[in-house]
Amino acid sequence: MDIERKDVQAQKTEAPVDAERTRHKRVYLPNVDIVEKKDAIIVFADMPGVDEKSVNITLEKNVLTIGGSVEVEHYKGYDLSFAEYGIGDYERAFTVSEAIDREKIEASVSNGVLKLVLPKTEPMKPKKIEVRAS
Amino acid sequence: MWWPEIGRLQRGRSPWHDMQRLQQEMDRLFSGITVPYSQDFPAMNVWISENDALITAEMPGIDPKQIDISVVGDTLKLKGVRTAEELKEAETYHRQERAYGSFARSLKLPFQIESGRVNANYEKGVLKIELPRAEADKPKKIQIKSA
Repeated sequence: MDIERKDVQAQKTEAPVDAERTRHKRVYLPNVDIVEKKDAIIVFADMPGVDEKSVNITLEKNVLTIGGSVEVEHYKGYDLSFAEYGIGDYERAFTVSEAIDREKIEASVSNGVLKLVLPKTEPMKPKKIEVRAS
Repeated sequence: MWWPEIGRLQRGRSPWHDMQRLQQEMDRLFSGITVPYSQDFPAMNVWISENDALITAEMPGIDPKQIDISVVGDTLKLKGVRTAEELKEAETYHRQERAYGSFARSLKLPFQIESGRVNANYEKGVLKIELPRAEADKPKKIQIKSA
């Protein structure tokens, strides 16, 4: 891999709306890195403002959804005079192709980055399907 | 056999050319909607009150020791490094959207900063800096004397 980016750039993209949420709050797509190791897939997601209590991860069938809610802060007596980023929740879903061992998924959040370790299951044995003559 | 047909109608031009052009057009159209914010890192929000300013910056995954904040006059300087995860052999990226490297930004405030009372805290990937206005720079109320 020859990806090398010297300048760090921020980019926050709003998530496309599938179904409307009941709360009026913006939803952003977190930037992610997904690394495949021999025995696991590791997901890193940038979710500033999210801690281990406000993160929400689900794996249903083969769809992995990561989400996080962020408290919108208002500072009394201050006016927001310049804004480069918006505050809102995070949500993003991925289709996981590998067989994942659901019991051993680990998640941790540190400094606003979610790290998710999805261990792969033992390689499944090829199964031969017999065709019966009717 | 309808690709050659279209090709002939377009005077030999590849249909892919048109699709590519359409793709570019779409990208251009949506680029303004999906990225409404500045591309500078870290993205900052600035809150200002009469006597101080509060700056919040989204910079997830940075070691607080790697953040360097300095204040000169009315300018705040922010420098730091975001270090990449090192990949071992047989490890590959499926996606790499998070960027790494060094960054530096400076921000000029509308008043002089009392550098001795600047407070910064880094929590949940968000840096918050309190910048009080210098005493000498605060507005003075002027009494009008009547003759």
